[in-house]
Order: sequence, then C-alpha cells, then structure tokens
Amino acid sequence: MPTSFIQPEFKVKIDYDKCHKCGRCVQQCGWGVYNFNERPIPDDAKCRACHRCVTYCPAHCISIEKSQLAYRENDNWSAAARKAVWRQAETGGVLLTSMGNPMPYTRIFDHLVLDACQVTNPSIDPLREPMELRTFIGHKPDSVGVESDGEGGYRLAEGEGIKNNLKLDTPILFSPMSYGSVSLNVHKSLAMAAQRLGTFMNTGEGGLHADLYPYQDNVIVQVASGRFGVNPDYLSRGAAIEIKIGQGAKPGIGGHLPGEKINKEVSGTRMIPQGTDAISPAPHHDIYSIEDLRQLIYALKEASGYKPVGVKIAAVHNVAAIASGIVRAGADYVYLDGFKGGTGAAPQVIRDHIGIPIEIAIAAVDQRLRDEGIRNWASVIAAGSIRSSADVAKAIALGADAVAIGSASLMALGCHLCQSCHTGSCSWGITTQKPELTRRIDPEWGAQQLTNLVHAWSHELQEILGALGVNAVESLRGSRERLRSIGLDEQMNKVLGVKPAGM
Amino acid sequence: MPRQMAPGVTEGYIKVAPTAVRDGDTVTIDAAGIYYRQLNEAVRNAIADGATKVVLKNVNGQRYIGTGVKAKGVTIEVHGTAGNDMAMFMDGPTIEVFGAAQDGVGNTMNAGKVIVHGDAGDVLGYGMRGGAVYVKGDVGYRVGIHMKAYESLVPIMVCGGNARDFFGEYMAGGILVLLGMNTQFAEQPLVGSFVGAGMHGGVIYLRGTVEPWQCGKEVGITEATDEDIAALKPILADYCEAQGMDLAEVLSVPFTKLAPFSHRPYGKMYAPM
Repeated sequence: MPTSFIQPEFKVKIDYDKCHKCGRCVQQCGWGVYNFNERPIPDDAKCRACHRCVTYCPAHCISIEKSQLAYRENDNWSAAARKAVWRQAETGGVLLTSMGNPMPYTRIFDHLVLDACQVTNPSIDPLREPMELRTFIGHKPDSVGVESDGEGGYRLAEGEGIKNNLKLDTPILFSPMSYGSVSLNVHKSLAMAAQRLGTFMNTGEGGLHADLYPYQDNVIVQVASGRFGVNPDYLSRGAAIEIKIGQGAKPGIGGHLPGEKINKEVSGTRMIPQGTDAISPAPHHDIYSIEDLRQLIYALKEASGYKPVGVKIAAVHNVAAIASGIVRAGADYVYLDGFKGGTGAAPQVIRDHIGIPIEIAIAAVDQRLRDEGIRNWASVIAAGSIRSSADVAKAIALGADAVAIGSASLMALGCHLCQSCHTGSCSWGITTQKPELTRRIDPEWGAQQLTNLVHAWSHELQEILGALGVNAVESLRGSRERLRSIGLDEQMNKVLGVKPAGM
Repeated sequence: MPRQMAPGVTEGYIKVAPTAVRDGDTVTIDAAGIYYRQLNEAVRNAIADGATKVVLKNVNGQRYIGTGVKAKGVTIEVHGTAGNDMAMFMDGPTIEVFGAAQDGVGNTMNAGKVIVHGDAGDVLGYGMRGGAVYVKGDVGYRVGIHMKAYESLVPIMVCGGNARDFFGEYMAGGILVLLGMNTQFAEQPLVGSFVGAGMHGGVIYLRGTVEPWQCGKEVGITEATDEDIAALKPILADYCEAQGMDLAEVLSVPFTKLAPFSHRPYGKMYAPM
C-alpha cells in the first residue's frame, strides 16, 4: 500500500548553477524541507510555500512552483476535495487547518465603492487641513447636559460627556491572538506598536505575560471559556476586558491549544501545567442566556473597578438580535468577527462553511441597534478579513466604529498566509514556541513594521475622508449613503442598506 | 434597563450606601434592600480601611459578594441568602454563608475559602484555580466545570449533599468531592449524568458508588485506595470542622475515585492539513 495518495502541492526548484551551497535554506526552513549533501536537496512534500527560504537565499536561486501534476478535469471534485477525502481515509481525523477562510465566496467589500466630492461640495486636502481619526470605544450617553458658562455661551455640565471610553488615535485595533498561538515576541511587537499608535492590542485567551505589563494601558485582556490566566491581577491590568464568546473562523466551537505548544512560559501565563492540552469549552458554562452574559459583564466590572467590558462574537445568522441582547446586557462594545477571520487552528469544515461575511454583519447590527434606539449604548468593532484601508473605510461607512486586524498584522511581521499555524513550526517565527524560530522576530523591528502599516492605512483613510469632503472619521460612521454597490443583487443591497451605483 | 433608570429602586433594591457599624476590626453592614453595587463597595471600603471581619446582615440575593476581592486574613460573614457569582475571581478572603448560596459560587476563584452552611445552585467553581469551596447541602448542575490546578494552586470543592448533571465536566485539575449526606433528595441518585465528561486532569471522589453510564467516557472509575483516603482525609477533616460534621461518619462509607485516562483526550482527533 502507498503511505499516502496525496502528492506534493509544491515543487521546490533550485538553480544549482547559482546556488552558493551556503545551507541557509536548510537553516531557515521550519518544516525540514531541505537536506544538505554537498548541496541542498529539497523534499517537496514538506514545503508549505511560506517563502522563508526564498526570502533568505543570498543567490536568489530558489523558486517554489505549484505542482503541475494533472488531475482528470472535474469541476465538482476539485483537487482539494479529493485530497481531503484521501487525508481523512488515511487518518480518520478531523481536518485541522489555520488562517482565514480561503473559499471563493463573494467578497462584498470588493463590490462596494466609496463616494467623492465633485464641484458642488469641496473635497478636503488632509495634508493641509486637520483630519480627525480619533475614535472613542464605549458607551455614549443618551443626552448631553450643558450649562451656561456665564459669558453667553455653554459648556458641558459637570459629570456630563463621555465616560469610561477607550481612546483610539486611529480606528484600527489589533485583534485578539493568544500568547501560545503566537510567540511572545509577536505579543511584544503588537503591544509596543499599540502604545506607539495610541491604539490597543488584545491578549486573546492566553493570559498576559509579565513582559507586557509596561504596555498594559494599551492592552485589552480577554476572558474566554477556558478562563486561562484570568485572575484579579490580570483583570486589573487591562485597559478594558473582553468576553470572548466566538471567533469568526470557528463559530460555536471551543479551542484546543495542543500540549506541545504549552511550554514553561506559556504554561506560566495561562496558569496550567506544561504539556496538557489547553481546552476551551465551546460555550462559557456560566453563560447560557443574555441574562447570564449580563451577570458576567457586571462581575467583570465589579472585579475591575468598572472598566469597559466588550463582548466578541462570531458573525452568524442572527447576529443582529444577538448583538442587541449583548448591548442590552451592558456591554461597552460588541466585537463582530466575520467568517473570513483568521485562526491559529480550526477544523477546516468549520472555518470554511460556518458564519456570515463581516460586511453583512456590520450592516445588520448597526441597523438593528439604530432601529431600537440603542446604537449609542455600545461601540461596534468589526473584524474578519480587513485587508486594506479601503476595507476600513467601507466597514466604517457600513456602521462600524473601528476595525481590528489580525491576519494583516501578522503579514506585517512576515506571515505569507501558508495556513500552517497549527503545525507550530512557523518558519517566520510567528505561530510557534520553538526558541530557534521565535527569536527570528525582534520585537523592536516588529513594532516598527506594525506601526508603519497602521500609519500608512491611517494616512490613506484620511485621504479617503478628504475626498468624501468630511474632516472626521465620525462623519463617515454609518454613512451608507456614501457607499454604492456594483454587481450585488437587490436583496443584498437591501441587507447592506446600500444603493446600487448609478442611483 | 438599568442604564436607563434614574436613581431609585432597581430590581427591588435601592442604590444607596448601606449602614456600616465598626467595632474594633469588625464592620457590620446591614444589606437589607441595598443594591449589590453599593453593598460590595461598602465591603471593599471596609477591607481597605483595615477591617479583618465584615459581617453582612439581611443578605437577600445580592450578587458578587467578595467578587474580585484580593486580601489576606479577612473573613466575610453572610447572613441570609447570597446571590449569584459570590467569590468570583476572589483571591484570599474567607466567606462563610449562614444560609444558602445561589449560582456561580467560586467562579474562576484564585484563592481563599468559601463555606456555605446550606445548599448552593448551579455552576459552582467554574474554572476555579485555587482555594476551597465547602457546601454543606445539595448542589445543582454543572458543578466544578473546568476546575484547574497550577503549581501550588490546587482548587478543592466538597459538596455535602447530592449533585445534578455535568459534575466535574472538562475538569483539568484539583479535587472535587461529593458526599451525598446532607441531602433533601435522599431517594434520588447521588449524582446525575455526564460526570467528568471531557475530564483531563484532577480527581473526583464520590462517597458511595456511581454507574459507568453516568460518567464521561474519558474517566476511569475505581474504588478509592488507602493512599487516596489518606490524601483525602485532611481535606475532609477541614470540611467537617467547618461544617460541624463527624469525620468518622463521613469516612464510614467507601469512596469511588474518578480520574481521567489521559491529559490529552483529544490529542489524536485531528488530521493536520
């Protein structure tokens, strides 16, 4: 019997005429593709097309190509579908994968276009005029009390105005990724960048390592069903607390950080023994209803001196009603994670087939909260494949207060989307705990990369706002009149609350 | 909605600071009709002012008593019925309830001790990492879910009555004990179904027996050995002292021990792509 029916997906080609025989590819590859016998000899089957070797080859003599192995043409049984069947026949296992949903669903952001001012209303040049990106996340009052300032004007009355909000200098946060799923150097890079950018990183469900304490004012600490690393000290350190109910890549299921990834440091931060699986139950077993959720929200507020408490959910069919319940339960923000959001590990069947696109979730939730007159009670953070500043602007126009980026932030650190986080052998040193790999990311460099990315997007967002003729991101929020759709059907336009281009 | 309510009556409670009387190191607070937020603020203030004993009179369902409180050598006495999530995230104090407690006692608790001289509700000790919870009587569903141990932190929960389904589900560490003695449901089974389902650490002791069909497939069921009882004895002695029970009577019936087969029950479930 063959050991496997599955043939290598990639071909590693080395131009040996150019090769220095330096062995750097051998050293760089986390997957063990290369053997060295007078020259590097690749094993195609192990290649993940992460381009680490390609990037570091001093002779530029490596190329990774798609295997040209032909399959009998069959639109119904794609090569991927055939491979999945073979893999499961060989193992009997649930197929495990990582990063975001790669299936060819409609990318709604790519069917939305933004408006701009022409003739009748002047656009604004953000290079010369103030352009406000500052965003406040949290509960906003139903009304604002003012009092006379005694000189014919008015001022905010005492005790009025926004209280207990998170202040962001740009409407972009880093999405939750746990220490354990990513390395400590990644966490440090995110925390340092968040501090420099005036925004927030999020611990995910892995606790807060002591090395991040200096950045705690720019850290949102997460409480998930496994309660890993959660104690009063943890709750008191974060700028805000987030209850994780669900994740876009794996709605409705729990998580397992495999025992192999629980080394001494991860064990200390999660507060569980080394080598045991870190199992997060599918639900929080103290939350079976909106009332229970409210109980946990207020428990966290009681325990933390009334810090903002947000709730993260995966975007699913009834997302609008669920979000309404969350807001009424007292959450300061609702974090919506669309079905293209990334993950460090998820069953492929869940990642690829469960949940709804973030664009629809934002529009549905924003509309529902407006209809119920409670939109100001909580902010909406949107995530789940925000790929560019255009996506940021469109998400905000659809009704989000801010967005969170996970995959894009890892790409700033070198991620090539090879979808192999779950193997724990990331050649880029991102989703691994192996010391020889994690040291590949210098947090100082990582923070600079992340800062550059968010700065660039923020500048672009300012340009977009200027073109729209508004001088604050606040003016774009929920302004769907500034969006038009191209190539979406009538039903979808209705759901999104967007007119087709030309109308 | 509470946010919309003007100061006044909320869910039957009034939002005013309770009367607190200090006598030496003891502060006595009258909780009658006081909203939980003001009540717990008064408790925290008393502890911050150096009180080592806080006595709460006329407690009637107020939530979050002792929640998030970090202190050593402090005792909180609760007279009445404690509300949900008592001692959640608690780190150090001792809480003694002269009455019954509702759901979520010791939720994600870190350290300290909770003694309930009555029954308690559902979801006790969820994700509890350390300290002890001693309930005299019956407990509800989902008790001891995902208790976990870490280094010197080993959570202990002893329930004197019967328990319902999902006792010790997902348990990852610690010691969970069920006695079935002080129960108002003596004619019913000691414990419901799905005992230790998904368990991958820690140990459950049941005074009496359990049928395999009541337990999760991840646990092995054995009679507790002399070594097990020797390890359990100091815990039960402490429990008996707290609850005024006779240790010899507690130990007069053989115990059943439930322990997981594996620390990695799902290690072979996946096929990485």
